[in-house]
Amino acid sequence: MEVAQETASAAVGQGERRRARRRGTWRRRRLVLLLMSPWLVGFSVFFGYPLVMSAYLSFNHYDLLSSPRWVGLANYRYLFNVDPQVWTAVKNTLWLIAVLVPLQVLFAFGIALMLARARTGVGVFRTIFYLPALAPPVAATLGFVYILNPATGPINTILSHLGIQGPLWFQDPAWSKPSLVALGLWGIGNTMIIFLAAVLDVPRQLYESAEIDGAGPLQRLRWVTLPTISPVILFAVILGVIQGLQYFTQAYVAAGVAAGQASQAADVTSVSLGYPQDSTLFYPVLLYQHGFVDFQMGYASAMAMLLLAVSFAVTLVIVVNSRRWVHVGAVR
Amino acid sequence: MKRVAGAVALLAALVLALTTAGVAGGARSGAQATAHSTASTQLTVWVGWSARELGVFNKVAAEYGKTHPGVTVKVVGSINDDKIVAAIRAGTAPDVVSSFNSYNVGVYCGTGGWIDLTSYLKQSNISVSQFPPATQYYTQYGGKRCALPLLADTYGLYYNKALFSAAGITSPPKTIAELTADAKKLTVRNPDGSLKVVGFDPFIGFYENVPERWITAFGGQWTDAQGHAILATQPGWTKWLTWMKSLINWYGYKNLVRFQAGLGDEFSASNAFEVGKVAMNLDGEWRVAFIQAEHPTLDYGTAPMPTNEPSLYGSGYINGTIIGIPKNGKHTAQAWDLVKWLTTNDHALAELSNGLRNVPSTTASTHSKELTPDAHFATFLKVFANPKSSTSPITASGVSYTNAVQSFVTKWQAGSVKDLASALKTLDGQLDAQVKQAGGGVP
Repeated sequence: MEVAQETASAAVGQGERRRARRRGTWRRRRLVLLLMSPWLVGFSVFFGYPLVMSAYLSFNHYDLLSSPRWVGLANYRYLFNVDPQVWTAVKNTLWLIAVLVPLQVLFAFGIALMLARARTGVGVFRTIFYLPALAPPVAATLGFVYILNPATGPINTILSHLGIQGPLWFQDPAWSKPSLVALGLWGIGNTMIIFLAAVLDVPRQLYESAEIDGAGPLQRLRWVTLPTISPVILFAVILGVIQGLQYFTQAYVAAGVAAGQASQAADVTSVSLGYPQDSTLFYPVLLYQHGFVDFQMGYASAMAMLLLAVSFAVTLVIVVNSRRWVHVGAVR
Repeated sequence: MKRVAGAVALLAALVLALTTAGVAGGARSGAQATAHSTASTQLTVWVGWSARELGVFNKVAAEYGKTHPGVTVKVVGSINDDKIVAAIRAGTAPDVVSSFNSYNVGVYCGTGGWIDLTSYLKQSNISVSQFPPATQYYTQYGGKRCALPLLADTYGLYYNKALFSAAGITSPPKTIAELTADAKKLTVRNPDGSLKVVGFDPFIGFYENVPERWITAFGGQWTDAQGHAILATQPGWTKWLTWMKSLINWYGYKNLVRFQAGLGDEFSASNAFEVGKVAMNLDGEWRVAFIQAEHPTLDYGTAPMPTNEPSLYGSGYINGTIIGIPKNGKHTAQAWDLVKWLTTNDHALAELSNGLRNVPSTTASTHSKELTPDAHFATFLKVFANPKSSTSPITASGVSYTNAVQSFVTKWQAGSVKDLASALKTLDGQLDAQVKQAGGGVP
């Protein structure tokens, strides 16, 4: 009997404890929700709603002035089968990502390694290499177009003094994208700082152990530094790819100025779109053109949906593949 | 595995946040503000002009206010099509709007963004025949006249008389063959072969050079009666493209690009024609005022653009500012009265023309005694009155129509297009598809 009473009271005690635990869990969840609410509201208003509306509008003809009209897959059919500029824009965007992202990672890592080894004037060098990142993109682009002006720019003037006829830079389809890459590498400061922090964070004892094992500088770089900072490399690659997929300001400004349309930003007859010869026509530039200049917001929404899908897919592929080369344990 | 899944989820959120373009936005109905019932009605007018030019428009608008008791006019400058569309969409558009060109008339009329003025014109007994044919065309679309011309821009040839005389040329060219010969005579090269002075620059993208301002001189048409693009079958297009490419080749494509890169901004005192770096140039009538202000001693002349067909000489390209009333306006009747006055009152048009040096847009106002006489400017009044003068095509796809042609021509002039006939055929198909995509209904 006593045993039965003890069992019953134990069961009651267990039930109360469970209820108390549940209450505690619920309180914690409410607190988490409360703390997250600013983000949740911001995400819903600025990303969730536009995302849902973009998805809806992508199936509509919508010119901003009249009500959206359902057209089914017509925008997607035009996107994949007809629009003559889309594939040019896709090719340009992929080119930029394939060239700029590896170079950015390489340059940022290289500069970080040099700065990590510097003994004197460390602060000065860090400032010098970081400074370009503070320049607003429009101002930096204007500066580059001026410096690389084929007729009056200082670079070609110096080259001509050396007996070399400089290229046409932003005026030549073969050189316009490399010129944008140069601009991208010049403003590498933010990525460089992240790499510098990661390189300085590599435990000294790992280098000492490797040295005792007879590893030279290159082997230490290959087997100690790179594995340790691999999560940072992954971060830089993903961020670089997403920024590449969104590449807009520099291309838009450089094309406009190089085409001689700087003073006519509002001139709709401007030949600056993708100047020269569509070589700087990147996917976001074309999306902007269709949405905000041609007023075809339904079609622009379809383009945005494709961009979202591609961004997600590319990021997923990188993350899945990264398991082979990113040492997640290194960040513990 | 959990960690990877967590990372994927986090990255998915990151991707979502970074890539979602804020292109969404429902079609909102205009939020009607409550109209104030006051003795005086304030009309708000949006115009593209700014700085000195805005001052000229303000003066004329103030004159309207003085002669129309109970109405005051508030003018807002530096407006473009983006701002107009955004305001109409948000229901915050002003009473009267104007755009610097007609490229988006197809969008404004087709969507009802600007109201149809046909009934207002009828009520006021105003006939559109007082406007030349080209301006009548570029202020309507799909049977709706949603705009009226408010001054016009016409294009012609500016030539440097001092350089002409040094090269032994006595009169401006009238045909394309003469233009080519004179351009070559007037061109001066540096010892290294680079260009010092260019006789005439036909490069699309250089200052005012765009296809629609050129094809007039070759008699080319854009579309057939059904609205299909006919660039491949119209000989004018092939003739123009072949001619301009041959002249560019004579200069050397890269030579010309390098030369242009060193020229001053079009709308500055360093304009290549104004400083003698280009001997002849296609430009609008407003250049007369710029030269007067920036280089008053420049010895130059103006003439209609040379043409490929002698019968077309004297004609040219016309476009210009358009004005209309946006939907959901608060004071539509008063707005119409102002639009009517600005677009048909000879005195108002002459005042604006004198101040802005744009062409007054009714046939009667081009003969107004109030116009300040100017031999250079008179050329453009004649081009405006010429019945063969033409304008840009008005389609449902707006400015993207001519932009697509422009994009094609820039590739052609660079030598990237090998088979012109086949490429023009492809372009025709793309233009038709573009209009259909924009809701224009071309089959």
